[in-house]
Amino acid sequence: MKMVIMLSVLILAQAASAAMQIQVKGSDTEVNVVQMLAEKHMAKDKSVSISVTGGGSGTGIAALFNKTADLANSSREMKPDEIQKAKAEGLTPMRIIFATDALSVIVNADNPVKQLTVEQIGKLFKGEIKNWKELGGKDEGVSLYGRQSNSGTFSFFREFVVKADYSPEMKGMNGNSQITEAVGQDKGGVGYVGVAYAMDNKTKKPAKGIKIISVAKTAGDKFINPMDEKSVTTGKYPIARPLYQYFVKAEPALLNFLKYEVGTEGKKLIKAEGFYEIKSEWKAENDKILK
Amino acid sequence: MGKFKEKLIEIFFTLCGLVAVVVLVGIFSLLVKEGFPALKSLGFSGFFNGDLWRPDAFGKPTYGLWPAIQGTLITTLIAMCISIPLGVGTSVYLAYVAGNRTREILKPIFELLASIPSVVIGFLGLVATGPLIAKLTGRSNGLNALNGGILLCLMSLPTIISVSEDALQALPRDFWRGSLALGATRFRTVMRVMIPAAKGGIFAAVMLGMGRAVGETMTVLMATGNVSSFPDGILSSVKTLTATIASELGEVPFGSEHYHALFVVGATLFIFTFLINLAGELVLGSRK
Repeated sequence: MKMVIMLSVLILAQAASAAMQIQVKGSDTEVNVVQMLAEKHMAKDKSVSISVTGGGSGTGIAALFNKTADLANSSREMKPDEIQKAKAEGLTPMRIIFATDALSVIVNADNPVKQLTVEQIGKLFKGEIKNWKELGGKDEGVSLYGRQSNSGTFSFFREFVVKADYSPEMKGMNGNSQITEAVGQDKGGVGYVGVAYAMDNKTKKPAKGIKIISVAKTAGDKFINPMDEKSVTTGKYPIARPLYQYFVKAEPALLNFLKYEVGTEGKKLIKAEGFYEIKSEWKAENDKILK
Repeated sequence: MGKFKEKLIEIFFTLCGLVAVVVLVGIFSLLVKEGFPALKSLGFSGFFNGDLWRPDAFGKPTYGLWPAIQGTLITTLIAMCISIPLGVGTSVYLAYVAGNRTREILKPIFELLASIPSVVIGFLGLVATGPLIAKLTGRSNGLNALNGGILLCLMSLPTIISVSEDALQALPRDFWRGSLALGATRFRTVMRVMIPAAKGGIFAAVMLGMGRAVGETMTVLMATGNVSSFPDGILSSVKTLTATIASELGEVPFGSEHYHALFVVGATLFIFTFLINLAGELVLGSRK
């Protein structure tokens, strides 16, 4: 009984001291970097408590509408039917773009293939190219690794690279790191992950066992590796994408956190996590919302 | 007064018994109610016509259940092929071969196996058994039905061992002594007297283990590769019914066709396990 009283006192004290709770949910690509940003922000601003969880972009947006999240991490834009649903509930979603993610196509380190065009990558994931020999590699079957369908990466990649249904042979993995893990062990493996998951953040080299493919828009263009920061931030890397955060209620505490993210310190942290800076036009959009 | 108290206690226990029935009926009617809109718009044939499960298709979504049903069947079958002989063998060892001390040490160890979280076993499949299978079969990866089956076998073994050992232990010691007295060897006694006598209990053990294998989610989600195509042998990647629900229900827009279709998957899974249990009951019943 004593225990119960003590516990409830503790809980009440907690509730009283934590003035503002922010729930962040969504993209598995964004979860690590946002977690890091949240920790550093909380260390400075003690009046706010932020918890960050993953689950996929779709999960985050759904949670935003169900009011179980205050901020939805999303690696894709909101779909029209999602916007409609928000309107139906009387909500107006707002968004900022806080980082650029160079989507990386990864293969096993033993695979001699170094570079591919967007079209070739599309053909691989449609299941039209079934052997690496067709791309100048070894005589080895292609084994595809993708994400589960609630992933923003899944949708983005299909929209801009595959432009058709994924091959039914594609293995659906739960999260970026599982893809990196699996491709590192699969000689014929190919997968897509956010660049932060393809390279070791400390050494800025590809993760163990994998190789990051250089990508060109068409056969005539220059092949660019997503580890090349400058080409990504200037928009030359063909499959880079903005990372979004959506919210429906502009609470001051939430806005403070967002301002921290796009501020100097946030930018530094984002870079350290392996993501890149945003284009200047996106910066202007952010400023309008965060003014 | 005493009688009144007696009556009260009787009512209490009757209610306890009814709770399980009410919950079961409740769950099934929820599945049917939520799945009904999808059945209505797509028809029964929308689910069982040989299409792939592709709710997120670029074009028109399709909701074929056969690939996932086959995936579930294959992984469960592989798991049972390994865990029935292994589990019953272990329980015979524990009951008749091992000494008392050994048994007292080993039994809790086997039961501990049941408490390993499924996500840990799934991870094992991703980094250990998967690559091993790939090496042995000469394929580039081992995320397939065989991998899932082996892991599911690990998960159903403790149940099978524990329940069938209890069944063997519950047999009258006289069976054992009588058979030996008639001149049978110990092996013959086990195979021809003890196992047949404990058949009912062993069958129940297998059914419980199979129930665990069919319903397991996280392990197969991580270890079998989750492809939507039709499986083609035990070395092809598969996606099970449970993995389909687990990877999609969290995200699906509430009230959409896809949402209702997932409840049809749930109802199918429910009917599946119901049939397994029913088969068990019928076999058990006919023995008596």
